[in-house]
Amino acid sequence: MPIHDQSYRRYAGGKAMPGQAWTVIARAGMVGVLRKRVFLGLLLLGWSPFIFRAVQIYLTTNYPQMAMFAPTAETFRQFLEQQDFFVFVVTIYVGAGLISNDRRANALQIYLAKPLMRTEYIFGKAAILFGFLLFVTMIPALLLLVLQVLFAGSFAFVRKNFFLFPAITVATVLQSVLLTFTMLALSSLSKSARYVAILYTGILFFTSAVYHAMLAITGSTRVSWISLSANLAQVVDVIFRLKPRYATPWPVSLIVILGLVALSISVLERRVRGVEVVT
Amino acid sequence: MDTSNVITTRERPQSSPDTPVVLLDNVTVIYGSNRALKEVSGRFGAGAVGLLGPNGAGKSTLLKALLGFIKPAAGRMTVFNLDVARHPLEIRARIGYMPESDGHIPGMNAVSFVAYCGQLAGLPAVDAMQRAHEVLYYVGLGEARYRNVETYSTGMKQRIKLAQALVHDPDLLFLDEPTNGMDPKGRDEMLELIRDLGHNKNVNLILSSHLLPDVEYTCDDVVVMDKGQVAAQGPIAQLKGPAGRVFELRIKGDLPSFIEALHAAGMECTSTDEDVMRVFVPDGAARGGKDQAMVFGLAAQHGVQVRHLRPSIPTLEDVFAKALGEQ
Repeated sequence: MPIHDQSYRRYAGGKAMPGQAWTVIARAGMVGVLRKRVFLGLLLLGWSPFIFRAVQIYLTTNYPQMAMFAPTAETFRQFLEQQDFFVFVVTIYVGAGLISNDRRANALQIYLAKPLMRTEYIFGKAAILFGFLLFVTMIPALLLLVLQVLFAGSFAFVRKNFFLFPAITVATVLQSVLLTFTMLALSSLSKSARYVAILYTGILFFTSAVYHAMLAITGSTRVSWISLSANLAQVVDVIFRLKPRYATPWPVSLIVILGLVALSISVLERRVRGVEVVT
Repeated sequence: MDTSNVITTRERPQSSPDTPVVLLDNVTVIYGSNRALKEVSGRFGAGAVGLLGPNGAGKSTLLKALLGFIKPAAGRMTVFNLDVARHPLEIRARIGYMPESDGHIPGMNAVSFVAYCGQLAGLPAVDAMQRAHEVLYYVGLGEARYRNVETYSTGMKQRIKLAQALVHDPDLLFLDEPTNGMDPKGRDEMLELIRDLGHNKNVNLILSSHLLPDVEYTCDDVVVMDKGQVAAQGPIAQLKGPAGRVFELRIKGDLPSFIEALHAAGMECTSTDEDVMRVFVPDGAARGGKDQAMVFGLAAQHGVQVRHLRPSIPTLEDVFAKALGEQ
């Protein structure tokens, strides 16, 4: 009789109810990205503006002669704008290969043969990018607010600008949802992560270039709805109770953003399938 | 994974041989203008069942429809008495699928990949990792389990596809062309594994293949498909019968009229090579071992020279050829 039977044995343990597989996908995806040193370096770099702003808040709350640099509600809007570069890089680094790599490796048939729905797969993949985007936008911004209270030793600023908590949350969530679904949809269109990255960059810069060309021709910022980043900036300005920077009505910008998310979901619905049917 | 919300699988329902594991009722699948499955009805019983047919017969389409990848235009499919259209998750939780084409999760080594598949199927992380090691040893990848899957050879990729299909201990395995691209030794080992699973480990399996010897070696029952329809189905032993004898025959002379004469005498002919045909002589056609003499007699009557006559045994190839009407 063998000491240890290496033959096939039946499993007698428990199994989770269907519906939780998206957490497995999200966790595995996050761990996979965090194993890359380049990405860890990028995340650290992404938090450098936070350190700069934290020092600014510390100095202004502890040294009255620095009061002219004291943070206002607009400071937090500016901080989020500073993070846009890191948002761009993280979106490309994390997002480009999320579905395209699975398509290249024929992994969709493996995933969808397991007890999980297509929506779970998409939700799990989206959670990876969404999580990292919030990590470089919402979390440092909210932490700055908390630091302001701690360094100042009073709630005066927060009480005066209480809307900043929901404003930061809504603005960063809106930005992350838009970028996550846009990138996922692009990622589902190709088997090459590199091609997806180029496509995303192209769309971002092309729409912006078209807007600036139209601006030069018409002299009006009413056509800002053409640019992906301009729409986002317009709506986020309104969320932060600032004067919108473009003449386009903000509801139009919001409709464009929501339309893009809906279009992305529609693309994902068509592209994420266990079998590719060519007729 | 949170294990507070778990279903236990200790009490595993066993399928009796009479209860169909898969039931198909007038299933039609259409790709654009092409009808891949045409009103297919049939049953797959417990144990090892072969799904046999030439390329393009609809075998893979049927498996994909059962997995819910493709929605049939008409008809109803049930697996373990569960409707595929209404209970896809419950069904997939009990199915292991080994796809025909290569597939893996990018950037993972073998043990991480198989454990990940286990977790996707609902296994807790610790159990999934333990099962991953076990099934990788079982399929013969124990020593290579820490290598990245992308560096695997074709044969190893076939084995890891089997491992990921087995990790959650399915009640039913779909194996789509499992020996594709394997060398002869690897192919024999893969067939041994499949035979072991179907006959000793109480795993129901459907083996889709166009290779007759693979199905004949590993399965007890067979469903033969051709052009999107079921051409024949039943136990292999029964389909090979009724009792009779098969001869390999090569002649010189007027072939068409000789074949006609054989048919008239109650025999069936299928061509296997350029000039060799297989002649099936049913028990009723000639009694008392006089079948060979009968073939010679007919040849003499028609002025045909018999160049080669060798007794053979009925094989699945005969069933296949008969079902497909390749006369």
